[in-house]
Amino acid sequence: MSEILLKIKDLIVEFPTRRGLLRAVDKVSFEISKGEVLGIVGESGAGKSLTGAAIIGLLEPPGRIGGGEIIFDGQRIDNLSDEQMRPLRGKRIAMIFQDPLTSLNPLYRIGEQLIETIQTHLSMDNKQARTRAIELLDEVGIPAPQTRIDAYPHQFSGGMRQRVVIALALAGEPDLIIADEPTTALDVSVQAQIISLLKNLCKERGTAIMLITHDMGVIAETADRMAVMYSGQIAEIGKTYDLIRNPKHPYSVGLMGSIPAIKGDVKRLVQIPGSMPRLNDIPQGCSFNPRCGKAFKPCYKKRSPLIEVGNSSVACWLYDEEYKGAKAK
Amino acid sequence: MLAFAIRRMFQSIIVLLVVGLVAFSMFNFVGDPVDSMLGQERTDADVERVRIQLGLDQPFPVQYYKFLKGAIKGNFGISYRQGRPVSDIIAERLPATLELAFVSAVLAIIFGVALGIFTAIRRNGWAANTIMTLSLIGVSLPTFLIGILLIYIFAVELGWLPSFGRGDVVDLGWWRTGFLTKSGLLAIILPAITLGLYQMTLIMRIVRAEMLEVLRTDYIKFARARGLSKRAVNFGHALKNTMVPVITVTGMQIGSIIAFAIITETVFQWPGVGLLFINAIRFVDIPIMAAYLMLISVMFVSINLIVDLLYFAIDPRLRLDKTKG
Repeated sequence: MSEILLKIKDLIVEFPTRRGLLRAVDKVSFEISKGEVLGIVGESGAGKSLTGAAIIGLLEPPGRIGGGEIIFDGQRIDNLSDEQMRPLRGKRIAMIFQDPLTSLNPLYRIGEQLIETIQTHLSMDNKQARTRAIELLDEVGIPAPQTRIDAYPHQFSGGMRQRVVIALALAGEPDLIIADEPTTALDVSVQAQIISLLKNLCKERGTAIMLITHDMGVIAETADRMAVMYSGQIAEIGKTYDLIRNPKHPYSVGLMGSIPAIKGDVKRLVQIPGSMPRLNDIPQGCSFNPRCGKAFKPCYKKRSPLIEVGNSSVACWLYDEEYKGAKAK
Repeated sequence: MLAFAIRRMFQSIIVLLVVGLVAFSMFNFVGDPVDSMLGQERTDADVERVRIQLGLDQPFPVQYYKFLKGAIKGNFGISYRQGRPVSDIIAERLPATLELAFVSAVLAIIFGVALGIFTAIRRNGWAANTIMTLSLIGVSLPTFLIGILLIYIFAVELGWLPSFGRGDVVDLGWWRTGFLTKSGLLAIILPAITLGLYQMTLIMRIVRAEMLEVLRTDYIKFARARGLSKRAVNFGHALKNTMVPVITVTGMQIGSIIAFAIITETVFQWPGVGLLFINAIRFVDIPIMAAYLMLISVMFVSINLIVDLLYFAIDPRLRLDKTKG
């Protein structure tokens, strides 16, 4: 895990509205190494999916990148046109969406969709592409792929469809897969299968994954590192193990506290009071301050930069040298 | 699928019977054909004789039964005015109407679908906005006005195209076509545009609305995320998904094209069945009117049947699952 595949620096995603610009992603920075799995967690509206969409260049207008840099494999890609970006999509960076039921075109056989994708990225004739498509379906665990290749999406169950979607994402042999809540729409019993399938296939190929989810269980099981996003910003980023065992940002602490543990005492689950601020109503200073039990003076003035604490980086003044030992107001 | 087709056939026959009944009963109110057939110096005996000759003395159900019995064999009686079999007269006139309807339907579909896609993909461009605004004119102007305007511009002022008639026709034995002569082709341009303009704007607006809907779906986003070309996404993945509603409307519009040809044929004095029908009304020529209405309803019903069968060809979800797993 050394060579950096994707580097994001101060990424801003904004929406122009009649009442001015709304920043949905506010100066987010992180890196993904080759073959690494980075989990991104956060509540709905924290900017996780928009960050993913910005990387692959599929932000829905009027949303747009308002600043910062996205560097993929040494090349800056945030300023590429749609046509320049296209050869990268599917071939270098693939994306998996939340709902497998609507991700596949209902009017085409899955084989047609696979072969089309394979032939877009790799120079193969129809026969080779079909053979490759069957291999891919076999790899993602579709039984009897030789016959199922000619089936239509509606003839598959949800879990099977998500397997097909994964096969489609892998068809161009990408270096990075952005998986945007890949299991949210599936049955709990199928979720684990899909996640481990995705993880194993990517491990074999050395494909990095950016796993966007709000399911901590999925992250804990899959991700090498994880980032916690809150209100368009990264609150904390670090090794998954450290972050789960020893969260540092008050928001991460609250987040981990809200997961029920199977072992140990049955305590009341911790809940974070209040809700995430709306985009047009983000408080000054740290955006978490209205909900934070440990907020003190500097939190209301300025947002903290990411401060390195142990193996993690935390955006919280509590860990700043200057304020060490300061007490909550 | 076969069961479906048979069931639809059965329904179609019932629809035709009802249309026939309604049409036939209406003819009792359009006037007395005997008035226009006999001159002013008729006697009561003359009137009575003609009535019996035409079968008008018989009660209504009997008349309807006789009409149906003949219609099944393709025999619609004898025109009161021309004294020739109605089926012959219609067979003579039908090619003109079908050629006109065909050309305007082709124009409407080609330009309607193309402009619909264009305005959906470039939805904020000035060209798309201009087309959308102009299409309002196409939807709101009545057909006869468009026809008269076109005649004024291209026939009267510019003198490029003929203002009426069908030009020279070539007789193929069972079909007289205007497609094989220069004057025939020139003559069809204005009426075809007049007849097809409304349908074109309608098709265009529906294609556009459906396209915009489909372009927002997840599978289009996923297709783009897989790096497929714009062309493959727009024309392969998006367009095919817009086709079911578009075909429904287009099918119904083709029926209307044939039916509305009456107005266009009147404006351009196009020698088709529409003009025949208008003249038949003037002279209360019941057999021709009845045959025309039956013909139009047969066309409507069969177009609808074809449209329903096309759904199966386009959308695999409607077909019976054989590989369900």
